[in-house]
Amino acid sequence: MALEEGGVPSVAIHTHVFSRLARVTALANGMPRTRQAFVPQPVVDLSPGELRGYIEGKDRISGRPFMQEIIEGLTGPLGDEDMKGLTFDRSIPRLLAPDSEENLQRLFIENHWTDFLPIVLPTEERVAAMLKGTRQKPDKIVGRMAPTSFREFWEYNVEKVAVNAVMAGARPEYFPVILALAASGFTAKSSSTTSMANLAVVNGPIRNEIGMNSGIGALGPYNHANVTIGRAYNLLSQNLQGGSVPDESYMGTLGNPLAYSFCFAENEERSPWQPLHVQKGFKREDSAVSVFFGLRYTQEGYGPRDTWQEKMRRCLSAGAHFPPLLVMDPIVARLFKDRGIATKQQLIDWCAENARLPAREYWDDQWVQTLLHPLAVAGVEPYATRLKAKPDEIVQMFEPKEINVAVVGGETQGAWKMFGARYQRTLSVDTWR
Amino acid sequence: MASGLTVHDPRGFPPHVKGKRLAPRPESLDGKIVYLVDCLFDNSEAFMDQMRQWFAQNLPKVETRTIKPRESWVDDADMRAKVASEGDAAILGVGL
Repeated sequence: MALEEGGVPSVAIHTHVFSRLARVTALANGMPRTRQAFVPQPVVDLSPGELRGYIEGKDRISGRPFMQEIIEGLTGPLGDEDMKGLTFDRSIPRLLAPDSEENLQRLFIENHWTDFLPIVLPTEERVAAMLKGTRQKPDKIVGRMAPTSFREFWEYNVEKVAVNAVMAGARPEYFPVILALAASGFTAKSSSTTSMANLAVVNGPIRNEIGMNSGIGALGPYNHANVTIGRAYNLLSQNLQGGSVPDESYMGTLGNPLAYSFCFAENEERSPWQPLHVQKGFKREDSAVSVFFGLRYTQEGYGPRDTWQEKMRRCLSAGAHFPPLLVMDPIVARLFKDRGIATKQQLIDWCAENARLPAREYWDDQWVQTLLHPLAVAGVEPYATRLKAKPDEIVQMFEPKEINVAVVGGETQGAWKMFGARYQRTLSVDTWR
Repeated sequence: MASGLTVHDPRGFPPHVKGKRLAPRPESLDGKIVYLVDCLFDNSEAFMDQMRQWFAQNLPKVETRTIKPRESWVDDADMRAKVASEGDAAILGVGL
């Protein structure tokens, strides 16, 4: 659409499963008559001959010859609707029409404003109480969010975040953490076809002030603050960004059970290592929340046992694109320390050194191919060097700065988990008190 | 229902949408330069190569040029400027 605005007649080709999304996006850009053509899904893994069949076949949506759609989309006179586009306003009311609790619960579900679990209805009184959890004014703009970078960004203020915090069942004392997550501008409801979810890790004094759990069952669902902060992050993401509706603003083919709520506090008191937020530049006495996204795979281990290096190497090679986030019980962290790994950074460096794959397997990963291959071709390191490797040559998959470690758990078991999760950023909670 | 609970709308504030016109079209692509924009999705390069071959075989008077943005999912302003200054039309794909 940017090319059209620049005066270049254009046709965008999509696979047919994205037809609704493509049209909704065109409408939101004021250009609903954008010319689009559709081939069948998938394109990935097809041979040149099969792709040629798409081109010589019919448009999967219109049923007309595909290339006729293309040629006619680029030529010929425009109509009145093409010339003016579509201007419109979508004002959102502050309050909904009064109704019964049952009807409002139904309305919220029908409008895709929930996660399909019952919500606490955001009455004026409850929202006012939530707002007492911060000194920020209700009309202060907190941020902007979108389901993906090429969709429109919606804006929100403190009051709108409070509404979603109420819906999640959160208490006012949790509100600064929830505001910090909202201020990240980073959605927990990405529309990605890869079915991502987000994780929030809380550090600093706020953890104990609001009764968060960093011990037994911290990853859930065994603590009110952990669960409702994580749920609030997901609900505010879908509602403040303008929706997370399947086939419209959510395209994750499998979905992700971690997208209900995933939030925990690091067990700083029992960890032998530096807290996560201190690693990210905060002081120990600061309160902060770190956002990770992806969560495409989860693996587990115990120990470290004698063969921990072999086990860890196998786990590290599981996902070529999303780097590992190691989450481990304090028992495991202390045993690592006993084995000479004095800091988180030493473990991170070991993981970076040992996360390896043959170049052939690394570059065959769909997302390495889609997202990193163009960078490699453009000469961006370290991808360019990895691209020079012969097919059977072993390449390093991650840089140390991409790998993270958090210590959590109640010391009932020397357990660790590895999530495929990319670090986004760490935000001050104190700013939002 | 006149009485009942009054609750907040949980949605954020959408941007104002301003209508945008399409670019004027030529009557025909004969003698024109059409940029094939490979959006860098997996296998889109192969798709665009088949598109290039189709034009060469079926509409030989159309000159096609393949171009790529510098990264996936990035609005490459330099690439757009090149297409706008040197091209007459563009086909983008295969994207979401």
